[in-house]
Amino acid sequence: MTDLALEPASRGAPQTSSRGAISIRNVVKTYGSGASQVTAVDDCSFEVAAGEICMVVGPSGCGKTSLLNAIAGFHDITSGEILIDGETICGPDRPMAAPGPDRVVVFQNGALFPWKTNLENVAFGPTMQGTMTEAAAKARARSLLAEVGLDDVAERFPGEISSGMRRRVEIARAVINEPRVLLLDEPYRALDALTKQVMHEALLELYYRNKVTIFFITHDLEEAVFLGHKLVISTARPCRPKTIIEVDIPHPRDRSVITSPRFRELMEAAHEAVRQEAVAAFQAGDKEG
Amino acid sequence: MAAGPTGVAVARSPYALRRAVVALAACAVLWQLGARLDDWTGVGAPGVGALPSPVEVAMAAGRVVVEPGYWISSALSFVRVMGGFLIALAAAVPLGLLFATNRTFRAIAFPVFEVIRPIPPLAWVPAAIIFWPTQEAAITFITFLGAFFTITINVLSGALSIDPRFVEAARSLGASRMTVFRRIVLPATAPSIVVASSIAIGLSWEVVVAAEIISGSSAMGSNSGGLGHFIWASYLGGSYDDIIVGMISIGIAGYLCSAAVRKAGALLTPWINAR
Ligand SMILES: Nc1ncnc2c1ncn2[C@@H]1O[C@H](COP(=O)(O)OP(=O)(O)O)[C@@H](O)[C@H]1O
Ligand SMILES: [Mg+2]
Repeated sequence: MTDLALEPASRGAPQTSSRGAISIRNVVKTYGSGASQVTAVDDCSFEVAAGEICMVVGPSGCGKTSLLNAIAGFHDITSGEILIDGETICGPDRPMAAPGPDRVVVFQNGALFPWKTNLENVAFGPTMQGTMTEAAAKARARSLLAEVGLDDVAERFPGEISSGMRRRVEIARAVINEPRVLLLDEPYRALDALTKQVMHEALLELYYRNKVTIFFITHDLEEAVFLGHKLVISTARPCRPKTIIEVDIPHPRDRSVITSPRFRELMEAAHEAVRQEAVAAFQAGDKEG
Repeated sequence: MAAGPTGVAVARSPYALRRAVVALAACAVLWQLGARLDDWTGVGAPGVGALPSPVEVAMAAGRVVVEPGYWISSALSFVRVMGGFLIALAAAVPLGLLFATNRTFRAIAFPVFEVIRPIPPLAWVPAAIIFWPTQEAAITFITFLGAFFTITINVLSGALSIDPRFVEAARSLGASRMTVFRRIVLPATAPSIVVASSIAIGLSWEVVVAAEIISGSSAMGSNSGGLGHFIWASYLGGSYDDIIVGMISIGIAGYLCSAAVRKAGALLTPWINAR
């Protein structure tokens, strides 16, 4: 855990190191057994390069969260193997990865601790890991909150701020750990379009400053094409890559790319791939979220 | 928020105090009318007709509150309630958390707990008098029982309903299992502890009086003190006004204690009503 703490000097500078490559190899995840058995992820394989923003897109209930939970170490996998930077975190010998600050999750509906102030929430990781003193963690947390424009609500509780602000606090709480991989599970799902746009720009800004690998689940195609280097479009349940779309629009990006013809083309391609699966999911009578 | 952490509506409206006063005054007026109906019409109101009127009670109260005996009785009951309640709190919170976090322990001990729980505290009085060496200990044991089960059950259900994502988030941020207990389970259960405590201290007040009456009028002699004894002695002495004074005193004491617990709880869980 402590080996993740970078020297303060390297902080902020874009990292070109090869940290955070994810290899997902033949991963299977089934729940339950017998008649009630559900296969959420089936023979799923793909690679996420270090420092890449990988957008995982698929219909609701297809098994995206199950895959993310396996990477995070929240549950085991039935078979297959997941590696981070060539190192097996879960596989045949070890079905469940240990959760840790090298792979921090930002949850679907947010999981800030309501009893801690926003500042304490952000400072939680380094304090727990012992990589920083509490004072140092708070100072770093304060500057991260300032980066995302939230220094004035640092001392408030999460319950006192808007949901858009909470998402930014939560991402700061993840980024402060300088994880190799940031796992985001539909983080902006509940936000309105305008807030989403602000969030996207804030996330990219954070990404340009603290380069990490981002594994981002969404079913918003515009979000996917705008943020991602790559879209992994999943089949309807079970989850397995159906199409992988490389987004060749160069980073850094801003809102202006949305009106570019290339953006439209990529959206169209993504849309076509997703539509087939959405129809399949609909016909399977799958109403899960 | 209209409903506070206790689940009981917390008056926030600027009219709330006025409404409360009007409602209490209306009760007093109805009671006065009911009590005096007999004098005016020759027909007694059912129930209330047998009661002393609020004016008589107020006069009795004015007389009683300057007697040191009344305050000694109140203080004795208060000490018994607080003693039982605090011991219950200290025992029930760890027990509830243990039930919630340790499946094996829950499987072994919870059935026993569930069989004992429905026994009303008052049914324990004779046994308590036999088993505890002093009457004081027996009564405190009864107030303990009044609070103990409620707190345990609420803490258990509060701890079981913790959002698992809080635990996952903490683990993913590098917290060890022990730290998760202290940093996540405990604060996440705190609101349930506060709710349970404010209910439980009221239950302790409910049982203390009966425990005092039963134990005081039994083998232990009649010098047990306490508001229960005050009410019983008033009954035996035929001073019915004083009975009502004693009853209202208990109501006020229970209310003040619950309010104090809620206040303390709000200070301990500042995130609950901050929005
Ligand atoms: N803990 C679980 N137990 C049983 N089935 C589950 C569990 N978690 C998810 N599932 C099932 O697995 C499927 C995929 O779920 P999930 O990974 O949450 O999909 P997504 O995130 O793509 O919406 C769903 O059909 C869901 O009902
Ligand atoms: Mg999901």
